[in-house]
Amino acid sequence: MKVQISSERCQGHGRCYDLAPDLFGDDDEGYGKVLGTGVVPPGKEREAHLAAANCPERAIDVLREA
Amino acid sequence: MAVDDRFTQDFREPRADQPLGTRSEIITGPVSDWGSDFSHLEPQWSADPYPIQDDLRQRCPIARTERFGGGWLPTRYQDVAAIAYDTEHFSSRAIIMSNFRPPRELAPVGGSPPISSDPPFHHDARKLLLPAFTKTTVTRQEPATRALCHSLINALQGRDVVDAAHHYAQHIPMRVIADMLGFPPQDGPHFREFVENVLEGINLPPEERIARMTRLFDYLVAQVHDHLDNPREDLTTYLINAELHGHSLDPSHVVGTMALLLIAGIDTTWSAIGASLWHLARTPQDRKRLVADPRLLPVAMEEFLRAYAPVTMARLVKQDMHWHGVDMKADDWILLSFPAANRDPAQFDRAGEVVIDREVNRHAAFGLGIHRCVGSHLARMELRVALEVWLERIPEFSLDDPSAVTWAAGQIRGPRTLPLRIR
Repeated sequence: MKVQISSERCQGHGRCYDLAPDLFGDDDEGYGKVLGTGVVPPGKEREAHLAAANCPERAIDVLREA
Repeated sequence: MAVDDRFTQDFREPRADQPLGTRSEIITGPVSDWGSDFSHLEPQWSADPYPIQDDLRQRCPIARTERFGGGWLPTRYQDVAAIAYDTEHFSSRAIIMSNFRPPRELAPVGGSPPISSDPPFHHDARKLLLPAFTKTTVTRQEPATRALCHSLINALQGRDVVDAAHHYAQHIPMRVIADMLGFPPQDGPHFREFVENVLEGINLPPEERIARMTRLFDYLVAQVHDHLDNPREDLTTYLINAELHGHSLDPSHVVGTMALLLIAGIDTTWSAIGASLWHLARTPQDRKRLVADPRLLPVAMEEFLRAYAPVTMARLVKQDMHWHGVDMKADDWILLSFPAANRDPAQFDRAGEVVIDREVNRHAAFGLGIHRCVGSHLARMELRVALEVWLERIPEFSLDDPSAVTWAAGQIRGPRTLPLRIR
């Protein structure tokens, strides 16, 4: 599983780095950024889904990799 | 170094070549039909706007008024979101619905950038502010905010009934924003007056509104001069020294942004803290659950923000157009109700209920799109700390007299009198 943020849509609400601080961080202007490669470690799947489901701008995608 | 003379001549004097805005007739009094005559300044709305919004969403989802020179009130989430995202057809050059429309030439900057700005100017004006308001930056103010909350509670010792809006909630954002702007902390009472003048005095005669705005701007210009004489590490000095496109900011930009930070930083968070305490005072099961499990507070807080979203914005229609079933005219107002969007059953399960463990909560309390509240991280920090400290120090409290609670009229809604029995 992998997460990604659309920088076109992100407005810096920060729900992702509030709810899933192991997967997302903020940049110098408060926009969300994916930490590392975005691969969700085992046990963090719920955090990934919560972050995506709570983003007001629908800027986060959770991708299921084959 | 050259003397900064931007603020020495009176930059606020209108020049003869500047276009004037347009005034509309002031219409007050009871609303005849909320679908065709709405007014967010009437007592029925400020007392409880949600049944009105729920009714409109069913029967007239984009309501109309001839007051304020004409305007529209969308109540569905999808319409509110569409307008927030559509900066091509809707302008932010005025964001407080009133009886005065500033001239179109004021766009794209507006009177209080960046909230009053349209693209492309908006992006760069906003970028100037963002670093000061990230979650990481505002976290540094958490210890001082917590200490302030404790000192406010200490001052309530020995009393049975306290006004939590007056003696607690209002002081928290006032002090935090005064510190950030570098204004004297004892000026708090002035700030309250400024906030009420800008946001609640909408239907006063124009001369009175202008006189009151002048008092705000006189105060801000005096603060600018104090900072020019004694530069210090705060947002006022930062704005005085900031550059945009290789030039110092226009003096009206500096003072307009200071006005925005002062006004928007206070009333909103004051309202969110007060509405949350109001809910907990009248809902013992939620209060007891949060006292027993403070880890739930961050989730509960988002639900308070959804259900009691304090902020409604406004836009002006740019050109005549047919939009989602209604005929909008150029310069019609849009009352952009994030509170109404947040209670749309098409967007939220159990939209009319307060569910403090709601895990999926894609609310729009801080707006949507490019104008997302620049202070949202600061507001969330203040709200969380204010509620944590209150619940820790005063776990038992209730409404002393529900009929004595009063709510602010206008676009920022929250309790202004909140008598709580605390023992």
